[in-house]
Amino acid sequence: MNRFDYIRPATVSEAVAAASVPGSAYLAAGTNLIDLMKGGVVRPERLVDVSHLPGLDGIEHFPDGGLRIGALVRNADLAHDADFAARFPAVAEALLSGASPQLRNAATVGGNLLQRTRCAYFYDVASACNKRTPGAGCDARGGQTRLQAVLGWSEACIATHPSDFCVPLVALDAIVEIEGRSGRRDVPLESFYRLPGDTPERESVLEAGELILAVRLPGTAAAFAGHARYLKVRDRTSYAFAIVSAAAALQIESGRILQARLALGGVALKPWRTRAAEDSMAGEITGPDTFRRAADIALADAQPSGDNAFKIELARRIVVRALSQAAVGTPKRMPALPASPFAAVSGAITYV
Amino acid sequence: MDFNEAAGTNPIDQTRVVGHAHDRVDGPLKVSGRATYAYEFHNEAPDAAYGYMLGAGIGKGRIEALDTAAAEAAPGVLLVLTHRNAPEQGKKGKGSARAQMASAEVRNFDDPVAFVVAESFEQAREAAHMIRVRYVTEPGRFDLVAERGNAKKPEPKGSTLADTAVGDFEAGFAAAPVQLDVTYTTPDQSHAMIEPHATLAIWHCDRLTVYTSNQMPNWAQHGLASILQMEPTDVRVISRYIGGGFGSKLFVYGDIIITAMAARKLQRPVKMALTRPQIFNHTSHRPATIQRLRIGATPDGAITAIGHEVWCGNQEGGTFETAANQTRLLYAGKHRMTSHRLAVLDLPVGNAMRAPGEAVGLMALECAVDELAERLRMDPIELRVMNDTQFDPETGPERPFSSRKFVECLRTGADRFGWAKRNPKPGQMRDGHWLIGIGVAGAIRENLTMKSAARVTLDPQGQVIVESSMTDIGTGTYTVHAQIAAEMMGVPMERVIVHMGDTDMPEAAGSGGSWGANSSGSGVYAACDKLRRVLAQKAGFNADDVVFAGGKLSQGNRSVTLESLADPQGLSVEAEIDFGDLTKRYAQASFGAHFCEVGVDLATAEVRVRRLMSVAAAGRILNPKTARSQCIGGMTMGIGAALMEQCVVDTRHGYFVNHDLAEYHVPVHADIPDMDVIFLEELDDKSSPLKAKGIGELGICGVGAAVANAVYNACGVRIRDYPLTLDKILPHLPPMV
Repeated sequence: MNRFDYIRPATVSEAVAAASVPGSAYLAAGTNLIDLMKGGVVRPERLVDVSHLPGLDGIEHFPDGGLRIGALVRNADLAHDADFAARFPAVAEALLSGASPQLRNAATVGGNLLQRTRCAYFYDVASACNKRTPGAGCDARGGQTRLQAVLGWSEACIATHPSDFCVPLVALDAIVEIEGRSGRRDVPLESFYRLPGDTPERESVLEAGELILAVRLPGTAAAFAGHARYLKVRDRTSYAFAIVSAAAALQIESGRILQARLALGGVALKPWRTRAAEDSMAGEITGPDTFRRAADIALADAQPSGDNAFKIELARRIVVRALSQAAVGTPKRMPALPASPFAAVSGAITYV
Repeated sequence: MDFNEAAGTNPIDQTRVVGHAHDRVDGPLKVSGRATYAYEFHNEAPDAAYGYMLGAGIGKGRIEALDTAAAEAAPGVLLVLTHRNAPEQGKKGKGSARAQMASAEVRNFDDPVAFVVAESFEQAREAAHMIRVRYVTEPGRFDLVAERGNAKKPEPKGSTLADTAVGDFEAGFAAAPVQLDVTYTTPDQSHAMIEPHATLAIWHCDRLTVYTSNQMPNWAQHGLASILQMEPTDVRVISRYIGGGFGSKLFVYGDIIITAMAARKLQRPVKMALTRPQIFNHTSHRPATIQRLRIGATPDGAITAIGHEVWCGNQEGGTFETAANQTRLLYAGKHRMTSHRLAVLDLPVGNAMRAPGEAVGLMALECAVDELAERLRMDPIELRVMNDTQFDPETGPERPFSSRKFVECLRTGADRFGWAKRNPKPGQMRDGHWLIGIGVAGAIRENLTMKSAARVTLDPQGQVIVESSMTDIGTGTYTVHAQIAAEMMGVPMERVIVHMGDTDMPEAAGSGGSWGANSSGSGVYAACDKLRRVLAQKAGFNADDVVFAGGKLSQGNRSVTLESLADPQGLSVEAEIDFGDLTKRYAQASFGAHFCEVGVDLATAEVRVRRLMSVAAAGRILNPKTARSQCIGGMTMGIGAALMEQCVVDTRHGYFVNHDLAEYHVPVHADIPDMDVIFLEELDDKSSPLKAKGIGELGICGVGAAVANAVYNACGVRIRDYPLTLDKILPHLPPMV
């Protein structure tokens, strides 16, 4: 049996101390980690179970409209929190477009941020993977590349980050609260992840033992609630990772965009925020011209990492669609199939 | 009982029980978790040790060095079996059984390298991970497209010849005023059933019992006996419930053989289940195909020449995918040819998956017919109707179809689906950002029959017990056997007890090729027929006009209860149905038509199936409820084949990369709209005494083409490379508005 230490600390500081030992991993719901351990993909020597730590499973609302989501809040609980969904509808939509109900009932906010890539070569221990074994090489290069990255990839790694949740979060300036041996620090989610470069095994800025305590959304982010959407294109309607997804959020006054937020999922090893595209929309009229220009800017640096050039054109189209949907306005009710264009399938057929 | 002549009127025609929608008799057991699957026979082997298979991490080559010391020393480990200490084995056996870990050679990815047995599953798995293997990798042939030129004419596969020819196809095609020449490709597909291959092996002295998940227990029994060099009578295979098979469990894989070897060595029961990734690479898959269709026609739509050529690959000695087979029978045409060419590939073994041949053959043929209709400016239904044939077009009117309601399927479906609303010009129907299209495809699946025996026992309480080695792979065979016995013996279904899936019981047809219910049900019919005669004689009745009803035998005014005729230990008879040459004298197949409406997103090229309707004519429908479920399952699988299913081959390393159910996509509920299934009234008296035909695979046959034709009608993009994922459609859509 794969023998590992299992520690269930009583407090955050005990957890941090326990996990500072090399070879440790935090365990929350385990929806990803346990699978990886069963497959021999990761083999932590010490599991620090934080799932029972007190005080990390609440949603706090602040007077300015912002909120703080404890790291142990379940994805489903967060998505179905009416106050939360009203203020951050695109985030709720993204949450509900991910995984399956069973997984969402278990998976935690902190765990979602730290889920590993779904690159098949990472999961297959017979394949070479720099992320799994630094320096081993990357079998994904020249292999199955259809779903791999088109932005920010390196020769060492072309994988993508699989989270839906993180895409609108990064667009809305989410802050990650981290506790470590040297105290507490805040890191914007946008700079929480590292691009692969030559060290794809280092996925985030977390140092040994550091624990995510919460994710904060600022009050200013709630100002986008009226025009915020998440759109996700995948190979089947549910229980599939995004080929490409986009979170779009607008503040509109008299048909003009005051501020825009835009981030892409499924295109890079991190949720990909594109400020240049956002800036290009400020002060512009909502509409296809504005959105197309934004899409072109968002994908200007995109490069296929293999046989996946289609993702670049697809991403452009998803950006335009997501921005157009956001401009129309957040729907009053969550679509039956969140983040999917399939929701609006009913209606009379028109002949053109 | 020999079945050599068309069935006359028989007790099944009463249809008091047969032909009605009955719930599954095993349903309550399944939904309450009490149905015992292969890995769950805890009471039979409370001391079972756990095995874990380590599969090869290369596609082709050999093991150069193997270090098992750490694994052997690991806690709880009882045995590490490798090619170095595996017992001598026979090379090959029935059910595609082949020796496991017999040498250092690696035949394909996840070919077993070691098998670790330990006190717990976790101990076995961890120890397996400790084994260090050094391979010598040899260049493998992993790419069908690259190997196409090296493909050779294969040996016949059963009765299917590699090549067929009638008339002069080349000349006929060249002379045809309208010609279509198109090539379609289909990818490798995986069965993706829920229950993994799993086995518990128990030895009692020199007799072996395996509890396993296998569609053909008798094949497994004989295959295992050959490999283990035993008498088949010393091998008992039990396969009581099967959590899906789709052909994956027709055959014998490492789980069965290795578990048996390990249990013998340890003199202790051993169980193992393949991991999900191992199912993809260690067991079989439906092989990829390249298919060229050439159809020549007159301007008014009469097909004059039809040719279907197939290229596929398999390991040395493997069989070919019979994808051109249906083209021999579906449409008329004077000049005809089919051919299959087989390349040697070093990928995992290819073999049968639901409707082998037709499932992918029709995905090409029925799209080609759609393409031909457009070229002819004809309605695709009218084109099919015009080229219907009521006899085998290769042999002529002397070999008619036993029954064929293909045209009726098309007409009924067209009417019910609203085919008239379809605009033949693509891209004309819109619903918001969706382009809407409607497509049709025909379905044919050869009707196969297999001899099948059963034992029927009348016990003193008047219960009827039906026993055979038949399997129920989730299709409803327990229920159908109960219906047939109830009908024959004149008792309510509650008084019938069905046992199956045990080679100690009379040998039945097993589950495969859609022959299960019809063949094994006929075996039950034969046994019941015999029991009726025995009982009639015992009661002093003239056998021919005894009525079995209400738990009694009656003749005139006299009636006798069944139970009064049973011996204290029960009255048992056994009989076998043996099918004669009726399939030679008559072409036999089930037919159908599928109608599909899809939406294609204008911007993203996502395809959404909005409606799917199938009309099927498959002889007597023994149980409309389970038959409908079978069709819906097939239709769902057909949608998967059209839109998403694909084993992605890493052509450098020779394995299927997407080897789990998160990455190998089958449709989820949200992908499947409301589906309609319509069964046409039909009795086929040349097929069996039940007058039924195969239904289990008909549901998938042609569905992929109906979806693809609908996609074309929606957006005018013809993709000839399955699956129709959005990346293939996207470049052909108009620029974003």
